[in-house]
Amino acid sequence: MPVPSVEAGMTTPQRSLWPPLAVLALLGLAALLLSVTLGSAALSLGDVWAVVRGEGSSLARTLILDLRIPRSLSAFAVGGLLAVAGALMQVLLRNPLADPYVLGLSGGASVGALAAMLAGLGGAVITGSAFAGAFLSTLLVFGLAHGTGSWTPSRLLLTGVVVAAGWGAVITLMLAISPAERLPGMLYWLMGDLSYSRSPWPPLALLLTICLLLLPLGRSLNVMARGPLQAAALGVNVRPLEWTIYLVASALTATAVTTAGSIGFVGLVVPHMLRLVLGNDQRLILPACALAGGTLLVLADTLARTMIAPEQLPVGVITALLGVPSFLFLLYRSR
Amino acid sequence: MNRLEIRELVVDVPGRRNGQALTLSVEPGQVWGVLGPNGAGKTTLLHTLAGLRGPRAGQVLVDGRPLASLGRRQVARSLGLVFQERHDGFPATVRETALIGRHPWLSVWQMEGGEDLRLAEAALERLDIAHLAERLVSTLSGGERQRLAIATVLTQAPQIWLADEPTNHLDLHHQSAVMALLAEQAAEGRAVMMCLHDLNLAARWCDHLLLLYPDGEACWGPAESMLVPAALERLYGQRLATAEIDGAPVFVPVR
Repeated sequence: MPVPSVEAGMTTPQRSLWPPLAVLALLGLAALLLSVTLGSAALSLGDVWAVVRGEGSSLARTLILDLRIPRSLSAFAVGGLLAVAGALMQVLLRNPLADPYVLGLSGGASVGALAAMLAGLGGAVITGSAFAGAFLSTLLVFGLAHGTGSWTPSRLLLTGVVVAAGWGAVITLMLAISPAERLPGMLYWLMGDLSYSRSPWPPLALLLTICLLLLPLGRSLNVMARGPLQAAALGVNVRPLEWTIYLVASALTATAVTTAGSIGFVGLVVPHMLRLVLGNDQRLILPACALAGGTLLVLADTLARTMIAPEQLPVGVITALLGVPSFLFLLYRSR
Repeated sequence: MNRLEIRELVVDVPGRRNGQALTLSVEPGQVWGVLGPNGAGKTTLLHTLAGLRGPRAGQVLVDGRPLASLGRRQVARSLGLVFQERHDGFPATVRETALIGRHPWLSVWQMEGGEDLRLAEAALERLDIAHLAERLVSTLSGGERQRLAIATVLTQAPQIWLADEPTNHLDLHHQSAVMALLAEQAAEGRAVMMCLHDLNLAARWCDHLLLLYPDGEACWGPAESMLVPAALERLYGQRLATAEIDGAPVFVPVR
């Protein structure tokens, strides 16, 4: 009996998972290299190689090891976190329009960060305050959506949208009453800005851990995407899985937002683009999101640093400007 | 043994007083039909039997073991349910959809292999939709989707089949083909229970019937003893005319 052929988009046999991931990993590596060589002072690949071998001028060493590599890695981690969080939220809410911010997470984080800035505090306090805000928003939305009955995707979505609108009003209020000299910093934070990011290792470690943790859950997530009753009938423990997705996506988003402010579009656009090209097998989509989201944000941040150097643009503007047309194009071309 | 036992079961139909407790056993080889008017609780009964919702009272036993004591995965290995409604939020192909029936049989680290793919292809073939394997589910007609839902459960290969109006949206030929498939599953030693709206399909293909009245009353037994025009007229609140074709009764609503 002839073995059925394996068409594109069919992700059944094991081997078909690896080629796309390998391509995405290479693209990510290339983007990281590019971002390290480009900047207000351009460096050649030779300079980078020299520094990696422990040679090169002290200026090049500082530039590469202390500034560009940490920042590029932060960008990669944040992009990956947002894209994976978006893909998870979309499965949880069974709504392809869900994104990591849809449940008011970025609003809560923004209010926390802006409050710290308004109080004139800086650095680690902003980060801590943003994380607390994101966490508070998560609890608020989940607690309220739970209400007296069971939570349904539409109820969770509505609660999140309304809570997000509330945070939006608080943000506008804070911007209106804040002194003029603090405004640029606050606006940059709201648009997403990687110059605030500290060590890239915590978000990178989280991204890797979560990707490994999600690996065995992939097929259950595929079944979950067909609805909770169908999933339960096929042997999935629906409620614990939903909790896991929700908590994981919240932690990912909170970490991303506290590292780099609220950066839009990555969590919505990246999973979508990948689904249009690779199909909807979460075992492939989730790691692919980590790689592609990271790559996209590294490129966007490189553009944000170099377009009007030495001035910088908020990276959120770039992700939107890159993401919107490419997304619309893919959607237009898809069947 | 692939027996589905129901003991003193009171189904939790929202907004209704406790109905009559059901005690019956769907034996391997039997085809049970559940008949009743809209809102009588047929779907709720099937969901309760599949463990998707709890009963108000009583027990469901799969192979002599209480459903509540079994893990979801274990249940999914012995019991399959064809849903009446289905939602698809994300695009998926017909083949991928049939293949999710293998979920309860694979460990978390396992990918679907050649054998799983072969089972899915065979199920699609059996339901006459193999030529649609690459199509997106959202582009299918209602009847094709219905057949895909049955193919998914066929891929799941349960020993107990529960089917919620399996002939919905199907043309006449495929109605017969699907009923023949379910009868064949029973003949191979599996237990089958389905909700039906078509009295004549029930009369032709089911060997046992469960009648659910809207007030919670119920009666059950071998088909020939249940297909009494007076009882059926009371069940649906509709006068019926009866004829006989090929030795099976045929019921037609009277104007």
